[in-house]
Amino acid sequence: MCICLPADANQSALQPEGPLAKVVADLFWGMVAVGGLILFIVLAMLAVALLRARNNAEPRPLTFTQSRNLVFISGVVIPALILTVFVISSAAVNREIVAPMPEHALTIKVTGHQWWWEVDYLDTEGNHVAKTANEIRIPVGKPVRIALEASDVIHSFWIPQLNGKTDMVPGKRNLTWVQADQPGSYRGQCTEFCGKQHAKMAFTVDAVPEEDFETWLQRQAQPAREPATENETKGRQVFLRSSCAMCHAIRGTTALASVAPDLTHIGSRKTLAAGTLENMPGTLSAWILTPQSFKPGSHMPATMLTGEDLGNLVEYLLSLE
Amino acid sequence: MTDSASIHHDDEETRQLERTWASPPGFFAWFTHVNQTNIGMRFIVTGFIFFILGVILALLMRLQLAVPENDFMDPETYNQVFSMHGITMMFLFAIPVMEGFAVYIIPLMLGTRDMTFPRLNAFGYYIYLIAGVMMYAALLLRIAPDAGWFSYPPLAGASFSPGLGLDFYTTVVTFMEISALVAAIELIATIFKCKVPGMSLNRMPIFVWAVLVMSFMIVFALPPLVIASLMLALDRMAGMHFFTAASGDPILWQHLFWFFGHPEVYIIFIPALGMVSSIIITFTQRPIFGYIPIVLSIVAIGFIGFGLWVHHMFTAGLPQLGSNFFTASSAMIAIPSGVQIFCWIATLWGSKPKLATPLLHVLGFFLIFIIGGLSGVMVASVPFDMQAHDTYFVVAHFHYVLIGGAVFPLLGGLYYWYPKFTGRMMSERLGKVAFWVTFAGFNLTFFPMHKLGLEGMPRRVYTYLDGLGWNEANLFISISSAVFTLGLMLTLVNVLISLKRGNIAGDNPWNADTLEWATSSPPPSYNFRHIRTVDSRYPLWSGTGGLEQNPVVTGIRSDRREILLTSILESHPEARQPLPGPSPWPFWLAVATAITFAGLMAHLAIPLLGFVLCFIAITGWVWPKRLGVAK
Ligand code: HEM
Ligand SMILES: [Cu+2]
Repeated sequence: MCICLPADANQSALQPEGPLAKVVADLFWGMVAVGGLILFIVLAMLAVALLRARNNAEPRPLTFTQSRNLVFISGVVIPALILTVFVISSAAVNREIVAPMPEHALTIKVTGHQWWWEVDYLDTEGNHVAKTANEIRIPVGKPVRIALEASDVIHSFWIPQLNGKTDMVPGKRNLTWVQADQPGSYRGQCTEFCGKQHAKMAFTVDAVPEEDFETWLQRQAQPAREPATENETKGRQVFLRSSCAMCHAIRGTTALASVAPDLTHIGSRKTLAAGTLENMPGTLSAWILTPQSFKPGSHMPATMLTGEDLGNLVEYLLSLE
Repeated sequence: MTDSASIHHDDEETRQLERTWASPPGFFAWFTHVNQTNIGMRFIVTGFIFFILGVILALLMRLQLAVPENDFMDPETYNQVFSMHGITMMFLFAIPVMEGFAVYIIPLMLGTRDMTFPRLNAFGYYIYLIAGVMMYAALLLRIAPDAGWFSYPPLAGASFSPGLGLDFYTTVVTFMEISALVAAIELIATIFKCKVPGMSLNRMPIFVWAVLVMSFMIVFALPPLVIASLMLALDRMAGMHFFTAASGDPILWQHLFWFFGHPEVYIIFIPALGMVSSIIITFTQRPIFGYIPIVLSIVAIGFIGFGLWVHHMFTAGLPQLGSNFFTASSAMIAIPSGVQIFCWIATLWGSKPKLATPLLHVLGFFLIFIIGGLSGVMVASVPFDMQAHDTYFVVAHFHYVLIGGAVFPLLGGLYYWYPKFTGRMMSERLGKVAFWVTFAGFNLTFFPMHKLGLEGMPRRVYTYLDGLGWNEANLFISISSAVFTLGLMLTLVNVLISLKRGNIAGDNPWNADTLEWATSSPPPSYNFRHIRTVDSRYPLWSGTGGLEQNPVVTGIRSDRREILLTSILESHPEARQPLPGPSPWPFWLAVATAITFAGLMAHLAIPLLGFVLCFIAITGWVWPKRLGVAK
């Protein structure tokens, strides 16, 4: 059982979908063009050097002056010019990327944990609005400030199509920006080795129109909805009396722990376990029973439940839209 | 000094030299050998054995990554394997093998009989051997380090890596530092003081210059790592908090590590540059163009190499202005590299070079190293690095630099000096086939990794999901890595069969210019029967009769191990220096040192015992004896 990524899933830095990633992609292609030219010219010179005396009986070396000019011009002058242009254009692109963004931009705080992402939405005053995990939603076309922290080891936050990576260092707060030009879903992944499940520490950034974003955020800010059916009520009881509540929170209930992803709106998420599994009844039950078979080393222990309890629990969780 | 006419080719004296410098035979006596040719060869052979192990680990990784969501290895095993691959290649293969070539060849190139501190040399070897064996024992027991070769805390700290793995890492890293520092100091002293008369600094072969710069870099780059690995060990074993977020700083480790780690790359690569120059001179049969610019470039790389470490940390959230400064310093390294490349091209130009396997490897080096250098300049750009960092793009880049910049010249050097080491030639036919397979396999393996990285594949992942568009490239890379390995195996086969079957080489099969070719192949235990003065940069080529015409140093005793010391700049004779002979104590001191450091992992009291043992071993080592006069 594995995740079925959407057909157009992609985390390629060469297909940028935001202004920050775009300037870098342009810089890259510029460097490839110049670099390719340099490679070609040097290899051509090498070939000439080797082949020049081929048909002559005697070697035909360069004179001293010719050699000196060759080394000085192609080894010093030209590289120095190219590198000056390179350093200046790299710094210019860098300036664009780190330029201060609007003061009152939306701020999302993302905290790296072994091996999942905690996501907090803050308002312009810095007050906490809502908490989710492993999926980030942003309004399309607007710069969004991302504040990066880590709770355990160093992680790194990277959405190739939107912006380069920035590390999440325990005890520090780093800042980065993302902006998406088109609505869509952009995949990101942890890029600082962070232990056993570094490979399965992914997330998505969904860029949606501003109004949809606002409605969604208000929904996320609310506590979990009350169970609507008997099964769901039973499911909630199972949740609260088993080990789940020791680590997870469902706002609006007595489960308030914060060492694992917040499940208040788990029903509205597309993936489980940081982009590892698709969120469906079957996968959710399997994950609860044996998380270690999907993400060996994960900090979530297996939970023993009867079939009935499990069914109710999953029903309840998926109802939490 | 007398002139050559008055030399008596006294065979009694040759036999006397043989008796004096011979390494005693027998299994137990093996642990007492100190001659530089013995120790150098051990470093080389051991280094290549670790290379083979490192390649095997790489193949295991590629097997795991050949298809998405493969379960050939669990994450724990994969993490140990990739960490051990990095540790093996950087600490157990690249530095020691370069040191091995230096230890073997430098005294021969300088025309002296041994190095200045033969016992220290042997000690450095045993420490290295013990470190490597411990590392692989840990891997077999599945308790090897699993936080990568750069082991960033807090992940590498006690709370997130509680097992013994990281303790092995700090211990073994410390061992490697000791071994490398010992060799570096020895090489510096030998290069400065043991050149034959007449070999002033400006006549030293370029390879000697390269080794000198490498050694100085080791002396300055390794102490920060000594401190850092000790601090990490204290964090782990004594509960200090140097690198935790609580009261220390995880970023501090990165600064210290890369202040070592970046120069480390040049430590590997600079001796390789020296090899390239040697090979080009020999196979073009002419003096190199731009001796002085080349030497200055090597020295410049040695300096600039210390000013780049922050480019490994562009994503750590450091101030941006400072980061751009490191873009500039990183780009600057391209200039001394460019100068060398064009000096080599100028030398090759129209020279009708002989395209033998050593030179073929150098030509392979040109292509690969230029690509690696160009991608290096790219990742020196802060904004681009923020995309490329910690992805397969970087894996591609540093393998281009390390394999192109160091392994290809090293293989060229192996083909080149093999006749000197063994007295036999390697097969040219097989060598050429091996070169082409290796060269093609290398590029097919590593070039597509650039693309994979830009398409978003992070490095150090034990698996990846299906559907991200990475499957074909990964499978292709895994298959190509087998081709690459096949090429390397052909060279190995060549080495092994040529030992018995190779054509007899003679003293100087390539008609090379430097002094190591002026003695028999393999060299006798005393290296040179006569210590001759030299009067040019290319002593075997100069003048009409070459070296044979030059005066010989007399008065060096042959009934005890003795070398001539000369002045640093002009290489004027200054003194005769007796050297110590075979001794078991370097071995015992290495064992005692190992007990001291490794014991820390088991119990805090064992180092006390180790201290006593070290003390005994050192006493044995320095115990005054009559200088060994052979009967
Ligand atoms: C057959 C030859 C080789 C192959 C197929 C190979 C393959 C690889 C691969 C696939 C990785 C990435 C591991 C990951 O990110 O999960 C890697 C990492 C690495 N390789 Fe190689 N490699 C080879 C030879 C070398 C050599 C000759 C050196 C150095 C002289 C070297 C040094 C390194 C280092 C330092 C790392 C990083 C380890 C870390 O992340 O801690 N490799 N190699
Ligand atoms: Cu992570």
